[in-house]
Amino acid sequence: MELKTLTIVVVVLSFALYIAIAIWSKAKSTGDFYVAGKGVNPVANGMATAADWMSAASFISMAGIIAFAGYDASVYLMGWTGGYVLLALLLAPYLRKFGKFTVPQFIGDRYYSKTARIVAVVCLIIISFTYVAGQMRGVGIVFSRFLEVEILTGLIIGMGIVFFYAVLGGMKGITYTQVAQYCVLIFAYMVPAIFISLQATGNPIPQMAFGSEMTGEGIYLLTKLDNVVQSLGFTAHTAGNKSTVDMFFITAALMVGTAGLPHVIVRFFTVPKVADARKSAFWALFFITILYTTAPAVGALGRMNLIETMQPGEVGSPTGNLAYEQKPNWFTTWEKTGLLTFDDKNGDGRIQYYNDKNEAFKATADSYGWKGNELKVDRDIMVLANPEIAQLPNWVIALIAAGGIAAALSTAAGLLLVISAAISHDLVKGIIAPDISEKKELMVGRIAAAFAILVAGYLGANPPGFVAQVVALAFGLAASSLFPAILMGIFSKKANKTGAIAGMVVGIVFTLGYIIYFKFMHLELNNADHWWFGISPEGIGTLGMILNFVVATVVSKVTAPPPAEIQKLVESIRVPKVIS
Amino acid sequence: MSSNNNHADYWKANLKLMGLLLSIWFIVSYVCGILLVDQLNSIQFAGFKLGFWMAQQGSLYVFLILIWVYVKRMNTLDKKFDVEE
Repeated sequence: MELKTLTIVVVVLSFALYIAIAIWSKAKSTGDFYVAGKGVNPVANGMATAADWMSAASFISMAGIIAFAGYDASVYLMGWTGGYVLLALLLAPYLRKFGKFTVPQFIGDRYYSKTARIVAVVCLIIISFTYVAGQMRGVGIVFSRFLEVEILTGLIIGMGIVFFYAVLGGMKGITYTQVAQYCVLIFAYMVPAIFISLQATGNPIPQMAFGSEMTGEGIYLLTKLDNVVQSLGFTAHTAGNKSTVDMFFITAALMVGTAGLPHVIVRFFTVPKVADARKSAFWALFFITILYTTAPAVGALGRMNLIETMQPGEVGSPTGNLAYEQKPNWFTTWEKTGLLTFDDKNGDGRIQYYNDKNEAFKATADSYGWKGNELKVDRDIMVLANPEIAQLPNWVIALIAAGGIAAALSTAAGLLLVISAAISHDLVKGIIAPDISEKKELMVGRIAAAFAILVAGYLGANPPGFVAQVVALAFGLAASSLFPAILMGIFSKKANKTGAIAGMVVGIVFTLGYIIYFKFMHLELNNADHWWFGISPEGIGTLGMILNFVVATVVSKVTAPPPAEIQKLVESIRVPKVIS
Repeated sequence: MSSNNNHADYWKANLKLMGLLLSIWFIVSYVCGILLVDQLNSIQFAGFKLGFWMAQQGSLYVFLILIWVYVKRMNTLDKKFDVEE
């Protein structure tokens, strides 16, 4: 079967599966709609959390980021997994014990304040919308690349599918579709990874191939890669360019941000017991780690493949580079999509791929007769083109499309649900119309979800220029606003309403301000010479979080302590047993 | 009152366990993967430099083990202090 037809068949089959699940798991009550009736098995919830968590960026872009950034990309690997330790130990079991529906609801009840609840809703909406716009864009891009339709058409199809199962099934529908989506995406990721590991090193397990010798060469993959990239003027793959302080702060912002993301936290509200919430966190990280420990191997192998293809002969010899005429088929395919571009700067008809930004390497490059890097490679190609580079059958390529769409849809649906719950449960039921019936609240929830999908779709179709940058920054915002308020709500009986509100406001305003200053107002100043203490905007959420803690503690000290019943509430959430 | 004391002891035991596990969490990622990465990179095992491996593989496996230990230990504590749900 032709590749395009095969891809359509695989993608349509996966959609049929999601829709069937949505019909089977239709939400009948607000409990079903917000927290899947608190009846989800912890292993299934772990799987759903993994799909919820791993977005289009994890699936498509991460291996490519690692391929080109080497050691520097470790911040994402540690940051996006280490957060689960914080979730499992510090937040999930207690929030499950609290036993309500939303994150702002916890903050509002714990800090006995509607204002605190509204501040939390505002933080949640800022964080979730920046995140969801990137997902919808991802759906559109996968459609357009694999099925050759317009981005807008792809986007509308994606919105239709999410609309169907999120609006109809609520959290219950989302949970079980996410379980299916995890299976699709992990299978699609692992099959090509296993094949390229086997081809390069003879070891099928990517995590082990990563540290193995190249087949028939007697040299370790990473040693060879370090040598080759350095001979082309790049930093060694196992070394980095980021400063230690920046690595530290970015990792912390990503870890704490992960633990503070509302769409991840609510997943732990869906299990029956406190012990299940802890267990779920383990399974979530287990399913995530499978992909996250594979990605660095895919990145290193992909980079090796790419360089060996472009530089088959000795570096510097006139015939050492690949002649453009002899380019492989996959090169031509991906050139058409614009993800690979070749510009013959020195007119020798061969492809020179090297680091022309490295001043120290310039003299060497000149002596080879190289007049600048001639190949531009989009990082996404490391995952998207992998099956073709490894000459795998067409059904594997079709799977990658279904996997990418599954990753983007599952994350988008999770985000849309927390947005709709914040509107229907926190704003409408909690503040505007407390007397509303359950049936009406469910209706409002569905309308809010539909509305959120339209807004997300609009943002995906007309991305404000800054969307791509802002997605990574959503973590800093979550770290500096919601995380400290929740943590202190559990671990300090003295934290009070005024302290929590002041902390959240200071944290998010400071972080947002720093980001806006360097990312939007003064892009030319965005470098280590101007950053405070050498901390980049990606890592500033950590400082925002520290500020939040300090402000909340000091303000709580000088204002009236929380009432006795709140201190009792704190005691009760610390213990799994229900005390009557 | 005895049940309150019980809860206080349960909470103390929980905090102690948490402190231990979070120290390991900090050491494997921030210390081994970032602060001491250059020193650890002078140690080679299989095809890896140790510091690089900790940052891209090892710390992830340790995170997983930490949560596993927490789940098991807390289940025991829940039983011991009779606070199971």
